[in-house]
Amino acid sequence: MFGAFFQPSAASAAMAGPADIPLWVEDLTVAYHRKPVLWDVDLSLPEGKLIAVVGPNGAGKSTLIKSILNLIPRASGAVSIYGRPYAIQRHLVGYVPQRESVDWDFPVSALDVVAMGLYRKIGWFRPVSRRHRQAALRELEKVGMAPYARRQISQLSGGQQQRVFLARALAQDARLYFMDEPFAGVDAATEKAIVALLKELQSEGKTCVVVHHDLQTVPTYFDHVVLINMRVVAAGPTQDVFTEENLRKTYGGKLTLLSQALHEYAQAPRPSPGKKGGGE
Amino acid sequence: MDWTVLDSWIVVTGMLSAMSCALLGNYLVLRRMSMMGDAISHAVLPGLAIAFLISGSRDSLTMMVGAVLIGVMTAFLVEAIQKLSGLDRGASMGVIFTTLFALGLILIRQAADHVDLDPGCVLYGAIELTPLDVYEWGGLEIPRAAVTNAAMLLVNLAFVLAFYKELKITSFDPALATTIGINASGMHYVLMTLVAATTIAAFESVGSILVIAMLIVPGAAAHLLTDRLARMLALSLVIAGLSAVFGHIGAITVPGWFGLRDTSTAGMMAVAAGAIFVCVFFFAPHHGVTGRAFNRILLSMRITRDDILAFLYRFQELAPEGSPPVSASDVENAVKAGSAARLVMWDLVRRKYVDRSAEGLSLTEEGRGLARSLVRSHRLWETYLCNKMGFCAEDVHYSAHRLEHVTDKALQDQLVEEAGYPFQDPHRKTIP
Repeated sequence: MFGAFFQPSAASAAMAGPADIPLWVEDLTVAYHRKPVLWDVDLSLPEGKLIAVVGPNGAGKSTLIKSILNLIPRASGAVSIYGRPYAIQRHLVGYVPQRESVDWDFPVSALDVVAMGLYRKIGWFRPVSRRHRQAALRELEKVGMAPYARRQISQLSGGQQQRVFLARALAQDARLYFMDEPFAGVDAATEKAIVALLKELQSEGKTCVVVHHDLQTVPTYFDHVVLINMRVVAAGPTQDVFTEENLRKTYGGKLTLLSQALHEYAQAPRPSPGKKGGGE
Repeated sequence: MDWTVLDSWIVVTGMLSAMSCALLGNYLVLRRMSMMGDAISHAVLPGLAIAFLISGSRDSLTMMVGAVLIGVMTAFLVEAIQKLSGLDRGASMGVIFTTLFALGLILIRQAADHVDLDPGCVLYGAIELTPLDVYEWGGLEIPRAAVTNAAMLLVNLAFVLAFYKELKITSFDPALATTIGINASGMHYVLMTLVAATTIAAFESVGSILVIAMLIVPGAAAHLLTDRLARMLALSLVIAGLSAVFGHIGAITVPGWFGLRDTSTAGMMAVAAGAIFVCVFFFAPHHGVTGRAFNRILLSMRITRDDILAFLYRFQELAPEGSPPVSASDVENAVKAGSAARLVMWDLVRRKYVDRSAEGLSLTEEGRGLARSLVRSHRLWETYLCNKMGFCAEDVHYSAHRLEHVTDKALQDQLVEEAGYPFQDPHRKTIP
């Protein structure tokens, strides 16, 4: 019903997705203290897209990402990254956690944090060399943070901290990125920088899965959407799936700003008219 | 003060145990789990007792194994209870370690009735007695405790150096560490194992209660002194070493001043570490209380300096050609900064921004440039705030007055552009 991207059953026989699909999830269920947070999630995300994961608070957006990355245990279900389990495909995946998830008083500089993105490549027992620091500095340059490389991270603004996190993800040099609310609480300049970065990653053929809160910007920033509220309500190209009816299903009664967002979206010119209606 | 070879050995043993504790303690401080060190150091007690009851010997290796097992179990139980019950980590630790500690005390009491294991010694340490129990090594008599702690320090150093990156990333961002294949919870348990082992090694010298001081205080003080991890580790070692030296000297001299006998070196080491922490707390350059106050004073001096320069500029702008310079007391009244103004004026003269003659003060060529830029910022802000944001009321002056201190060249250029290349501010004064 939701287009070609929502057909996991086709590939489910081997409990592993096709090798050209960046992220394939089947029957994923996650529970905290026996209360399900995600229920029977099936997903198959296309390569080279900017994908928004959208849903109300507590809908399980972060949980989805964390369970895919094996950070929290799954009650059931299978995940594959480019056709194979995450544990052997780590090198293809980059992760930007929520900014609040770390202690910004930690005694490291912005450059140190970015260098952490290189740790997997550097390997065990080897120190961070000058070459690695230069590589980290180049990533900082890409997000406009090179002048702050030596700053201790608590002396950066929220937006700057977010950019450091993004630079670290760039240093991971992944094909599939998971970003947990990179736009939360950032200034306008950082928002612009992040969008530019996402577009650049896309132009390099990379796939970004971004937990996003601001419904108004979904149609402009993302070309693919996953609407989630414990279950996947809809997933597919933005113009097909990001409809009022689907959003109403996702958010239930909690729709206030929504109508306005959709109204604006309806006025805006669309890249290409949707071939299929999302929820009709 | 009679310093003997025994005293030297006491200091060396104290330094070694304090440093091996402090090194790992840094990570406890950074992981916000300082009390875990406390929990483990108390909870290992039954491990010691059980190992002793089973083996019947005070052989350190047996004791070490027993205690490390219980120590790791403590860390494991704390996590498990926290996860399963939903209690916070503090409560979970409180339940586990008090229970284990009490169990340990009971066991030691039972054992002490027929064997020689002194609870007091376990709790408070007996560093003064350590030089009496020695290894013969190449004609040298080295206290056993010094050897144990040196070995422990080497193990900890090797661990921290070999896994420097991994410890750093698992402490800072365990989620990212896990996603790139560095097992954060595995790292946690290895660290806890070493903390337990280090605690036991330091037991004899500083006792289980004071071990926590050596685990936490040097790292906490070092964190106030620097914002780089490697420097923090090095500084914590220095602070730990100094606490041992000052602690022992203090223990044998300070009570003498009051006509008392020597006091416990371990106790004095903890006091010395505490004293160092207090000094750092007040005098650390960036994070210290005094340092921050000092920075505030510097800032207010800079603002006063800007005010004086701008005042002199405006005065010269208004005064007819050839009129006498403005007197120092007029400047003082104008900037309303009291005696600080006098200090700043002295500094401005010293830096050759201002000429001081018998009649008063005037700007030098260099001072004039600086002052012009300030006045320019001020008037640009007034123009911008009035034309672009509609703040034309009288208080626009005060906003501009605050903003002029933080406006650099780049911001000025941006303002010029935003305000539409103005020549005059809203008060019809020329923008220099």
